[in-house]
Amino acid sequence: MGKDFKSEKKFKLSKTKVGYTPRTKTPLKTYKELGFMSGLEVHQQLNTKEKLFCRCPAGLYSDFDDYDAELIRHMRPTLSEMGTYDGTALMEFRTKKNITYRIKNETTCTYDIDDTPPFPINREALDYAIQIAFQLKLNIVGELHITRKQYLDGSIPTGFQRTAIIGIEGVIPLKKKKIRIIQLSIEEDSCREVSDIGHERIYQTDRLGIPLIETVTYPDMKTPDEVLEAAQYIRFLNRSSGKVRVGIGAGREDVNVSITGGTRVEIKGVSHNKWIPELTHNEAFRQKALLIIKKELNKRILDLKKWKPIFKNVDFDVSDIEYTPIKEAMNNGWKLIACNLPDFKDILSHFLQPGKTFADELEGRLKVIACLEKPNFVYSEDMNPVFSESLLRQRKKLLNCKSNDAQIVFWAPQEDIETACETIEERCRLAFEGVPNETRKALKDGTTIFERVLPGADRMYPDTDSAPIPIEDEYLEKLRKELPVDLVDRLKQLKKWQVPEDCYQYILRNNLVPEIERINNDLKISPKYIATTFAHTLKHIEGQLIPDVPFLYTKIYEIFKFIIEKKLSFDIVKSFLPVIYLYSQMEFESVLNSLEFESYKEEVILKNVSSLQSMFTKINKSKNPLAAEKWIMGNLRPIALGNIPLQKLNAFVRKSLSKGGAK
Amino acid sequence: MIDIFKGYKGDAVEILKKFNIRVWGDAEIKTTRGDFSGIILPRSENDDDKHIVLKLVTGYNVGINVGTITDMKEIGYKEAHYKIPEKKFPFTEGQPKVKLFGTGGTIASRLDYRTGAVIPAFSPGELYGAVPELADICNLETEKLFAVFSENMGPEQYKTLAIAIGKEIEKGIDGIIIGHGTDTLHHTAAILSFMIQDSPVPIILVGSQRSSDRPSSDAALNLMHAATAAAQSDIAEVMVCMFGPTSDEYGLLHQGTRVRKMHSSYRSTFRTIGDTPIATVTRDKITPIKQNYNRRRDDRKVTILPYFEEKVALLYYYPNMQPDMIYSLIDNGYKGIVIAGTGLGHVNKPLYPAIKKCQELGIPIFMTVQTLWGYVHMFVYDTGRDLMNYGIIPAENMLPEVAIVKLSWALGQTDDMEKVRELMMTPIANDITKREPYNGYLIYQGGIPEVEEFIKKVHK
Repeated sequence: MGKDFKSEKKFKLSKTKVGYTPRTKTPLKTYKELGFMSGLEVHQQLNTKEKLFCRCPAGLYSDFDDYDAELIRHMRPTLSEMGTYDGTALMEFRTKKNITYRIKNETTCTYDIDDTPPFPINREALDYAIQIAFQLKLNIVGELHITRKQYLDGSIPTGFQRTAIIGIEGVIPLKKKKIRIIQLSIEEDSCREVSDIGHERIYQTDRLGIPLIETVTYPDMKTPDEVLEAAQYIRFLNRSSGKVRVGIGAGREDVNVSITGGTRVEIKGVSHNKWIPELTHNEAFRQKALLIIKKELNKRILDLKKWKPIFKNVDFDVSDIEYTPIKEAMNNGWKLIACNLPDFKDILSHFLQPGKTFADELEGRLKVIACLEKPNFVYSEDMNPVFSESLLRQRKKLLNCKSNDAQIVFWAPQEDIETACETIEERCRLAFEGVPNETRKALKDGTTIFERVLPGADRMYPDTDSAPIPIEDEYLEKLRKELPVDLVDRLKQLKKWQVPEDCYQYILRNNLVPEIERINNDLKISPKYIATTFAHTLKHIEGQLIPDVPFLYTKIYEIFKFIIEKKLSFDIVKSFLPVIYLYSQMEFESVLNSLEFESYKEEVILKNVSSLQSMFTKINKSKNPLAAEKWIMGNLRPIALGNIPLQKLNAFVRKSLSKGGAK
Repeated sequence: MIDIFKGYKGDAVEILKKFNIRVWGDAEIKTTRGDFSGIILPRSENDDDKHIVLKLVTGYNVGINVGTITDMKEIGYKEAHYKIPEKKFPFTEGQPKVKLFGTGGTIASRLDYRTGAVIPAFSPGELYGAVPELADICNLETEKLFAVFSENMGPEQYKTLAIAIGKEIEKGIDGIIIGHGTDTLHHTAAILSFMIQDSPVPIILVGSQRSSDRPSSDAALNLMHAATAAAQSDIAEVMVCMFGPTSDEYGLLHQGTRVRKMHSSYRSTFRTIGDTPIATVTRDKITPIKQNYNRRRDDRKVTILPYFEEKVALLYYYPNMQPDMIYSLIDNGYKGIVIAGTGLGHVNKPLYPAIKKCQELGIPIFMTVQTLWGYVHMFVYDTGRDLMNYGIIPAENMLPEVAIVKLSWALGQTDDMEKVRELMMTPIANDITKREPYNGYLIYQGGIPEVEEFIKKVHK
């Protein structure tokens, strides 16, 4: 074993051929040349008391090992309303997974586990969803039709998600352009995945059934940054309604990306908006790489229909191989299968994403479809080869391969071999067509892995358990009266208040405009100061400290009120806030004690200035003209803080120094 | 004339006519709430006439209020054909031959636009298309006897079924499956237990609690379990085969006369009452729980007794029940009554004269218990002794639904009170058992620590 520098060189060469550049060094025109297009599906949990189709409490989560019972289900594909099977459904049926659900009695009822039909839809959730639909300027439907959207991965025990369209065709304004909205739907959230190993997948049912809205945009975004901007806008809009859940997992995005000649690929489970630019950038180049591979293979292979990989049981002795995955496989009595891919030389090591090659695409599909845990194969252009020269010769003999071919050796239990072989052939054949329709999972490093075949409209089916729900004009009018302020107006308001632009995101993300308004109205503090207290001071503290209990934004109001009542100077907020952030329950008076605050009259403090000034003259060794001012302020700060505005004190000190400056 | 406005009526049909739009037409619609476009779907007859259903290009359905529509234009037409792919059921030499009789219900069903619900669909090809695994278990033949929901099963269907099964047995079938809706599955199982006696092969009734148009349906697995039991088991009884736990793990084979649907929607709704099930069944194995069942035989002898008297009633007693409940049965010509009494088998005193009247008229009354578990014991209290004096016959531990079905069957054969009593009180297929084993009554109560511990470990 050792590193194969030849393969690494080939990888780098193909990367250059694709023209991949890091995102920060990629000019905007590159995306135009690629034909970059992206659309969003933004999921947002609604802050309701109960779940969408049953009366279980919503929003209670438990640890993965904390459950009362388990049950097992399998999913089978069924026909769509239009009489066809969905591709994803068929793929997932091939994977033959045992799906185990972990149940907590407190959060899961017989509806959740599909042993009771749905109860009437949660009207609280419907109200919230319609109000957000108004803000997206959507055409609201006349009647809500609950539809079943098939998911055979088991994430929902019924095998489908109950969902309904609230409105279609809306628009949101970005800084430089408008983005069209396809639709807003209301739906039930899915289970949380605990683990997925081999044929066993485990889910926790606590999140299942929580009301969710999904906002879907047209692919109107033409650069990664625009996608981010749109995602932020929709997130802020949702949050500004005040009707949505916040916290980890409460808002999630799927991002669709395509380039010219490519196809729509859905990147799923983007839990942080800041990941979006990197993910979409890399996906665009992955598609470009796949198009280059397509061109190359079409050039090499004359008759694509006749192309066929060869699979052979490895019949030679492999006991010398020290590679752990193969050793373990042999110990488990698994089979070792060698495969020749005619005319695939250099394709497996071809660049697709940073640090990832075409071989990774095969590896991903083998994991998901054939249930083979990674790593699941070795190949002829591995950068860290496993087979010795002599084994390679035996493999060559077994497969009778030619110099322009590529080889794979994978290991699997007998019952998974057929699916694995089909999967390898299928993915290689898809390379002839270019970019396969896929759902891919987002990874932190900005790359993606295969998750499943992209589902189509064929997986929709009317929910025969629910009657349609009329959405009357009177009902809409009633909801319209309770609408929160439009996000566009919120932005205008922030501008008017002269709040610095770097505060916007924090304020909108946490829906703080109403709180700033309340403090300003009641306590007559300038909105700009309140805003920066939130978006600068508090945000900084949040990044530094971890409180015992979640800090409530309404605490800021109380602090300001306390400061005004005690006639303190606002400078003390910066010292006060970290303490109360850590210990929310602490009495404000005790906070003052902990800061060793003592009350002094302004005159008393100011009186000290002249004596400090003469003391400084005696001890001074610095040539810095500001040294005196700094030293005096430093000495006075502990008694001044909260008693006199530091700015005022500073001005007084400066003035006093300038008078005595002649010395 | 073909109904081109499938399910639409009133205002909705008027607007479709006005703009000349067909169902399945691809339409562009202008409304006061904005523009919509998609395919016009049929509408359920039970829904109102104020909305039109549209399938959007995304696959979602939405309703458009006809009052908001200002313009409509048809730009295409796309009719859907909902059909399970049919494949010829393959024949494998050496595999047991099983006959599946279809009666309807959710075991095989598809979407019905007219009612918006699911309707039964059934053919060997369709079944093979949906559950290809069946071909590995047996050589299957199917016959659709009727397509009714289980609540519509009645005397005619019972008789037809029994006779058809008898013929199949004589022809040499290795096992019988009956696909049936679950609501009255246990009634049919009971009547077939009396109508078909000494069968040499297994007769399995099967249904599903989640319709087969759902990915999580129990239909496919129930069918596989039933096929395994019919093809391979040596238990020649009339049995119900349904989920053991709600998990996709194993099925239970319940004696047809001791089984009851115990939950309106749960998968594991069928439970044997007052005894244990006969066996568990998985896709490849049958594990007997009981040993004293009728064994499979090679002969082709079977007794078919397709008799049924319709004028028989089941009275579910409640405190302060008025005697006119019974008088009205007498006045309407009822020939037999089963009472589900309280506790050990009791009713209140005001009913006594009416009960006495039945005795005089030769209308047999049998007493069963609402508690479902346990025996009728009419010697314990005076009330019980009084009732027996008025001719009420305690029906031991026969389930109320089984008693009414058996009484209908008995009265279908004879009017002789003594013969009826004898037929009723002679156990035919464990409809009355001599004893109730300790584990014949197990209803565990959630929340109790040891029960919770058990449930955490074992799938319910």
